[in-house]
Formats: sequence, structure tokens, C-alpha cells
Amino acid sequence: MLSLEMVLLLSAVLFVIGVIGVIIRRNLIVILMCIELMLNSANLAFIAFARFHQNLDGQIAVFFVMAIAAVEVAVGLALIILIYRNRKTVNIDDLRDLKG
Amino acid sequence: MESLYPLIPLAPLGGFLINGLFGRLYKKPIVYTVGIGTVAISFILAFHAFVTGFSAKAISLFTWISAGSLRADYSLMFDPLSNIMILMVTGIGLLIHIYSAGYMSHDKTVPRFFAYMNLFMFAMLTLVLADNFLMMFVGWEGVGLCSYLLIGYWYEKPSAANAGMKAFVVNRIGDLGFLLGMFILFSIFGTLNFLDIQSLASFGLDESTLALIGIATLLLFIGATGKSAQLPLYTWLPDAMEGPSPVSALIHAATMVTAGVYMIIRSNFLFVLAPDTMLVVAIVGGLTALFAATIGLTQFDIKRVLAYSTVSQLGYMFLAVGMGAFTAGLFHLLTHAFFKALLFLGAGTVMHAMDDELDMRKMGALKKYMKITQPTMFIASLAIAGIPPFSGFFSKDEILYQSFIAGVPFSKVLWALGLLTAGLTAFYMFRLIFMTFWGDYRGPKEHEKHIHEAGNSMAIPLIILAAGAVLAGIIGIPHFLGGGNWLGNYLEPVLAKAPEAVHGSVATEWILAIVSVLVGLTGIILAMWFYKEGKFAKSEKIAAKLGPVYRLVLHKYRIDELYNAVVVKPMIWVSDNILRVKVDEGLVDGVMVNGSAKFFRKLGGVVSKLQTGYIQTYIVFFILGILILFWLLF
Repeated sequence: MLSLEMVLLLSAVLFVIGVIGVIIRRNLIVILMCIELMLNSANLAFIAFARFHQNLDGQIAVFFVMAIAAVEVAVGLALIILIYRNRKTVNIDDLRDLKG
Repeated sequence: MESLYPLIPLAPLGGFLINGLFGRLYKKPIVYTVGIGTVAISFILAFHAFVTGFSAKAISLFTWISAGSLRADYSLMFDPLSNIMILMVTGIGLLIHIYSAGYMSHDKTVPRFFAYMNLFMFAMLTLVLADNFLMMFVGWEGVGLCSYLLIGYWYEKPSAANAGMKAFVVNRIGDLGFLLGMFILFSIFGTLNFLDIQSLASFGLDESTLALIGIATLLLFIGATGKSAQLPLYTWLPDAMEGPSPVSALIHAATMVTAGVYMIIRSNFLFVLAPDTMLVVAIVGGLTALFAATIGLTQFDIKRVLAYSTVSQLGYMFLAVGMGAFTAGLFHLLTHAFFKALLFLGAGTVMHAMDDELDMRKMGALKKYMKITQPTMFIASLAIAGIPPFSGFFSKDEILYQSFIAGVPFSKVLWALGLLTAGLTAFYMFRLIFMTFWGDYRGPKEHEKHIHEAGNSMAIPLIILAAGAVLAGIIGIPHFLGGGNWLGNYLEPVLAKAPEAVHGSVATEWILAIVSVLVGLTGIILAMWFYKEGKFAKSEKIAAKLGPVYRLVLHKYRIDELYNAVVVKPMIWVSDNILRVKVDEGLVDGVMVNGSAKFFRKLGGVVSKLQTGYIQTYIVFFILGILILFWLLF
């Protein structure tokens, strides 16, 4: 039987992989995928708590997260496509107009 | 009627507002009606006040300043002095306004002209009727402003615009003196009201107060030298002739430039307490009279001759008041207003006829064409030359007599200066008359058939002023000529007694009068001999003989060049090289404005290093922030 700690550790590992991916990768699509990974690590934590506390609230929250994640992917990909059309690149190093 | 007296200054102010704001909307005759009508209202009321001998300490219209013991009302003071002044100002002003309707009829911006003229009348009447120094100063500045506006009336002409600025700037120097003098008076008396100061000053004052009054009066006199074009601040007046001729007649001959004399007569109770100042006034006046007259001898520009003549005659007035002969000063002020206004208006009609030609060398023979201008100007010249029985004789003779008998140092020297000036005055005035009206026509041939006498609205004021130039002397015929010296008695109530009024004998009066008339006649005869035929061989011979001296005088003693080199150039140099480059561009722009911008840019540059533009850097900070938050919380 899996212990709660094991599942939460997996969730934390996934989350950190996502964070590191967002920080070090340069491709926007990969970054988006890493964000998805972070979301799913959170989902995993929700499910784990729901399972171990015998409470369905966590699972309901996961549905919401998944819905939001779907929307986020749709909008995020649309943005990336538009950026690509305008700049012919999705390399984040080339997109630094915010520099002060 | 008395309740309408506030309209004396306010009616022209109304005219100014109407013509100034709406003048462009209606036709010229309405502009003339408003401009002339408002001055006519003032004149009628002033005439009424004069005839009824109205007297009022102060008709207060509103309180302008009330702070501590300082109180300045816009209030009108009527006494014999102000009554006769407003009569002169409104009377001459009315005639000149009527003349202007003819003179300016071809001008494009007539409403502007009449608005300025009306504003001038308002300011001048405020100056004359003020019951305290501060309101007088308001009027004083007002007339200065109008003078500036009207000298630069044809502002498209650079010379006119420059002349206006010159008048304004030179007047500022004098005005500073006036202001400082006013401050000292306030510190002594705690009030600026004429009557209050007069009553306070009549008590015995101690030594140090008298010394302060001496300084204050001297400073006031500096103000007068600016406004009344005396040495050393006279240079603006000849240049002021760039303005239209009616302006020269009204402002730069009859009224505004006499404001300095009026101010001294108004505050005579202070000046008699300061004998040193009086001596300075008399000496400056005498020297200016002679100095300007010599320049007048050599000029060829008809209006400049008259301008130097005005400076010279104003010098006469200051000579008189400096001698303590306030009545004589005012007398000459009044007679001079008539004949000098007439001369300027005459010069205006000549210019009109000659297509704005000013050079007398290109005139000549105009008496054939100008049957009104020529005799009236001739009369005015006789008056200014001091030939009896014209008005100038009485006033000039009175001044010379007073300076001869006055018990002050140098009085005989100043009398001699005055006498010499009288001869020079006669000479240059008749030089002008003969060069303009006698001899052969010397201008371009095609112009000759255009020469015409002016229309009625210009001719009638000339005739009335000529009558004034003949008759104005009546008010001050001295006792020895069988007159009653009416003006002297009339002004008795407002004038402080000069400390030691000396009376000469009747024989002295006769001898002096005869001498001055002979000197005047000599001047006229010399002018006739030199210029009557309209050929300049004789005068050129003398000019050649005098060589450098002649050229020095012809170039007005190069005083303008001197002022340029000593004052204007260094001022511009300092402004340009120190104030502009060092202070403005260096300190203000460089250190303060751009410097502070640079400082904050530098500071921002340090912090903006954090803003790399890489989203990922931001995310690192973001996560670090959250971690720190967690670390703090748990």
C-alpha cells in the first residue's frame, strides 16, 4: 500500500521538475508543457489527500483544475502561435521586450 | 454734476474697453464716436470742475490696498492744481483725438489706436487726480505702458518696435527711483497720501528725517528724469517719434512727459524741504535744456527737431521747479502743451502731405500748399521762441526771471543757460519753419502735385491750438506788464512757500524781458538769414568750419553709442555669456534639470539591471519569494 508521504513526494518531485523546466527551458511550448506538469503535480496532491482522508472534495477540486488547465492550454497555445506568426520564433530569449 | 466726476477718468476707460473689445465689429465712424466721445465727456466734466472751482480731498471709488497702516484708495483729489491739469489734459487730448480721426483714417487698425489712446487718457487722468503716491504710480506706469504700445503701434516696422522697447526699458530705470523714493516716504511718514504727508511734513522735522526726505525726493526726481526725458535718461524720447504723430503730440509733448514736472509740483511740500535736491533738479533741468537745444540745431528729421525741442523745454520746466518757482514751471507746462502739441500735429499734416517724408531737406515751399498748417505752425514757433505777446513769452520769461533772482547757488549761471537756450530754441524752430515752408520745393517732382492741405478734422484742432498758443499766456501775465498773475494766485493754496521768496525790482523784470526777447529775435533773424532762401551753402560752410564739433552734435553727442557701449553691450554680454551659458544652460539646465534627471536615470539603471526581460528570471525571483515566504511562515 502506498503511503501518503510517498505520493506527496512524487507530487513534489513532479512540481520541482515543472518549475525547473519553466526556468531553464527556452522553448515556449516546452515551458507550457512544464506548467501543465506543475498543475498535474498539484492534482496528484489533491487526489492523494482525497484518497487518504476519505473525502471527495479534493477530487472535485481536481475537476476544476483540469477544466482550467484545458482553457489555459487553449489560450496559451493560441498565444504561442500568434507569437510565432509575428516573430518567427518561439525561443523565449528572443522575446524580451519587457526589459527596462 | 459733481457726482459724475468719477467719469473723468472712467469714461475713457469705458471707451478703451468698447473699442478694444468690440471695435473691429463696427464701422470706423462708430469707433471715432466712441473714442472721441468718451474724451469729450471727460473734457466737459473737467471744464465744469475747473469753472466751479470744485475741491475735494478725496472722492474714493474703492479701496485698492489696505494693509496695516498702508492704505491706497482709488480716489480722486480735486484742487486747483489737479483741476487745471485735467482741463489741459482732456482739452488737448480731445483736440488730438479729433485730429487722429482724420490722421489715422487710412490706417487698418483704427480701433486699436483709439483704444490705446483712450487707455492713455484714463492712465494720465488717474495720475493727475491721484490722492496718494501709489495711485499716482499706477497712473505713471499706465501712461508708460500706453506710450510703449503707441510708439510701437506700427509694430511691423522693426525700428518702431525697438523704439517702444527702448522707451519702456529706459522708463523702468526711472521708475525704480520713483518706487524707492515712495518706500522711503512711507517709512518716514507711514502714509502715502499727499495731504497726510503734507500735514506731517509741516511740523518741525529733525535733521535725520530731513536727510531722508532729501534722498527720497532725489529718488523721485530720478523717476521724473525717466518719464520727462531729462539727462541722463532722455534718449528714449527722440526715438519715440516712430509712433504716429498724434501720439507724439499727446503723449510725448503735451501730457505724459510733463508728468515728472507735475509730480514735483504735486509734492512741492517735500521738495522745498530738500534744498540740495532742488538744486540738482534745477541744474539737471538747465543742462538738459541747453544740451537738447544744441542737438536740435543740427537735426534734419522734422519730428526729431521737435523731440529735442520738447526735451529742452522740459528742461526749462525742471529749471523752474528746481528754483522753487512751481507756478512758473506749471505755467510753462501749460503753454508748452498748446504750442508743442500744435507743432507736432502740424508736422503730422506736413508728413501726410509729403507722403510720410520726414527729412526737411526734401521739403520746402510748402506754404504755397498748406494755408492752415503753415500759419499755425508759424504762430507756435513764435510762441516757443518767446516772442510777445504769444504765450511762450510769458512763461519762458517768468522762468528766466525767477532763476535770475532766485537765491540759490549758480542761479545766474542757470539763467545764462536758459537765455542761451532761448536763443537756440528760436533759431532751430525757425530753421524748421523756413526749411519746411519757404524756399523751393526740393522733394521728388512727382510728389509735388499730391501735396494737399489736411481735411477739416485735422485743420480745426490746429486752429484751436493756435488760438491757445496765442492766448494761453493770459493766465500768467506778470504784474509788471499789467497782468494779475492769475495762475500764481490760483495755485496759492496748493503750493508751499519757497523758503526765501526773493522779489526783484520792476526794472530788473523789464530788462530781463527785453533781453530775452532780443535773444529770441536774434535767433529768428539768424535762422532767416541761413535758411530763408532754401539754400544751405551758408550753413554748410559753418558746419564744415566746425568739422568734428558739428559731426559730434549731428550724431547727438554719440550718447546713444555711449550708452550702447557702456550699458547695453555689457548687459547683453553678461546675459549671453554668463547668465545664459553659465547660469541658465550650465546651472539651471545642466545641474538642476538635466542633472537631476541624470541622477535618477543612473539610480534607475542600477535597479533596472534586475529587469532582464527574461520571463524566466522573473519566475526565479517569484519562486525565491515564495520560498522566503514559506520559510518565514513555517
